[in-house]
Amino acid sequence: MEWRRLDSHASLPLDPPRRANYDGVWIFRMKQKCDKCDKPATIHLTEIVSGKKIEKHLCEDCASEEGITVKANVPISQLLEDFVLQTSSTEPAQPELECEVCGMTFTEFREHGQLGCPNDYDAFDTVLTPMLARAQDGASQHVGKVPQHAGTAQQRQTEILRLRAELREAIAAEHYEQAADLRDRIKQLEQQ
Amino acid sequence: MTLANLTRHAGEWLRGAGPMHDVVISSRVRLARNLAGMPFLSRCNDTQKQEILDRLKGEILQAGVAPKVFYVDVDAASDLDQALLVERHLISHPLVQADHPRGVAISENETAAIMVNEEDHLRLQVLRSALQLNEAFEEINRIDDLLEQRVDFAFSSRFGYLTACPTNVGTGLRVSVMLHLPALKLSGEIDRAFRAARDMRLAIRGLYGEGTEAMGDFFQVSNQVTLGRSEQQIVDDFVNDIVPHFLQYERRAREELLKNNRTEIDDKVFRAAAVLRAARRISSEETLYLLSLARLGVNLERIRDIELKTLNELFLLTLPAHLQKIHGRSLDAPRRAEVRAEFIRRRLGGE
Repeated sequence: MEWRRLDSHASLPLDPPRRANYDGVWIFRMKQKCDKCDKPATIHLTEIVSGKKIEKHLCEDCASEEGITVKANVPISQLLEDFVLQTSSTEPAQPELECEVCGMTFTEFREHGQLGCPNDYDAFDTVLTPMLARAQDGASQHVGKVPQHAGTAQQRQTEILRLRAELREAIAAEHYEQAADLRDRIKQLEQQ
Repeated sequence: MTLANLTRHAGEWLRGAGPMHDVVISSRVRLARNLAGMPFLSRCNDTQKQEILDRLKGEILQAGVAPKVFYVDVDAASDLDQALLVERHLISHPLVQADHPRGVAISENETAAIMVNEEDHLRLQVLRSALQLNEAFEEINRIDDLLEQRVDFAFSSRFGYLTACPTNVGTGLRVSVMLHLPALKLSGEIDRAFRAARDMRLAIRGLYGEGTEAMGDFFQVSNQVTLGRSEQQIVDDFVNDIVPHFLQYERRAREELLKNNRTEIDDKVFRAAAVLRAARRISSEETLYLLSLARLGVNLERIRDIELKTLNELFLLTLPAHLQKIHGRSLDAPRRAEVRAEFIRRRLGGE
C-alpha cells in the first residue's frame, strides 16, 4: 500500500474573514516536489482569496514552518457539511429542485444533510451526483451487492412512494373514499 | 435474557482473543438499509415511524437472524439501560437521543445488533473481537440475506442501497476496527499515521464513535467511501492493507520503546498497575488512562500477573452505567469513583 495524500483538510493560520471567499481545500492526487525544498509535497492547498487562486504544494516540515496545521479529526458529518457549503459558494444560483414524491427541496437537504425519500436521488441528480463524487472518491456507480429481487422492486418502490404521498394528501383533504382506494393499491403492490 | 444479565460479563467482542489482539481490540461492520416504498425517517410522520418499527421488529424476530434474539424498546428503556447499551456498543447515541418509536434487536452473544429507526430504517451491526472482519462481514451478509427474503430494501442499480445520508449510499457498509495504539501515542508518531490514514479516505474517531475524543489511546478507524467499491473490496482493504500497516507501526514503536526507553516504560506501566490496585477513588477518565498503560505492560510482557481478558473486561465494567447496574442502584459521581476503585482493586487482587 502506498500512503498517498488525497486530502489534507488543512486550515491556514489566518482564515479569510468570510467563509464565502474561502474555497477550502480539495482533493488532488499528484506527485510533486515541495515548493520550498526537494522533498515530496504531501500537503496541497488551493485557496481562493478575493477571486485569486493560490496553490501551494508543501512537504510536512515546510508546511508546519508556515504554520499550516492539519485538522486532527474530521467527522463524516463535517465532510458532508463542507462539500455542501462549497457547493453553495461556488455554483451559480439555479432553480430550486423539489422531489415530487416527498416534497423535499434541495435547500432543505442542504440544511439538514438528510434526504427525504429514495426518489430524492433522482430528483436532485444534477446537483447530488457531483457532490457524491467528491464525498465518494470520484465514484458514482454502485458495484457491490444487489438484492435478490432488485429489478422489479425498483419501479414498484417509486410507485409505492408516489401512492403514499397521494394517500397523505387524500387524508388531509378528507377524501376518504379515494384514500381507501389508494391504501388498497399500496397493499397490493407491497405484497407482489 | 434481560439487560441485567448483560453486566455479569463483557460481550464476546471484548474477550480479548483472536488474530492481532495485541493491537486490534475489535472489528465492527454495519449496513444501512431502508424499506422500499417508504420515505426516509426525516419525512415520516409518527404513524409511519410506528409502522416501520412494528413491521421490522416482527420480521427481524421471525427471520432467525441468531439462535436467540432479545428486543429492547429503547423508548421505554430507562436512562440507565440506554446508557448501558451505548457503553456496550449495542446502540448509538443518535438512537438514544431520538424521540420517536425505535428499538434494537440483539443476539444473545451480543455479536449482532439491529437498530430500527436510527438515521436509516435499519442499521445492522456485527461486532467481533480482535481482527475478524471477514467473519463479521460473513455474518452480517447472512443476516442481510435473511431479511431481504422478507422485505424489499430501497435500492437503485446506479446508487446501490439508498440511504438517508448520501455518505452511506452504495454498499451502506461501514467497516471499522478499534485499535489500541499506546506506543505510537507515546512516541508522538501517531499524528503522522493518522494523516496517512486520512489520505486513504479513512475516518479516525474515539472510543464511542463520531464526535467522541480518542480516550486512553483507543481509536476507531473506518472507511468513508461506500460507493464504487464492493463490500468485499472494502473489507479486503482493511484486512490486507490498512490494519497490517497500523499493526506494523505500533509494534515497531513498541519495540523501539523497549529498546531505548525500557526504564521509562517500566515506570509508566508498573505505576499504572500499582495505582489501579491501590486507589480508593478513581474517575472513569483516569481508569481508562491507567488501564491503557497496564494493557501495554501486559502486551509487552512486562506485567505478568494480570490477564489481558481481565483488563478488557475492566474497560467496560468500570463505565458509569455498568457500575451502577452492577451495584443495583444509581450512584452520583463521587460515590461511583469509590465503587469503581473498589471494583478494580478486587478484580486485580489489590489490597
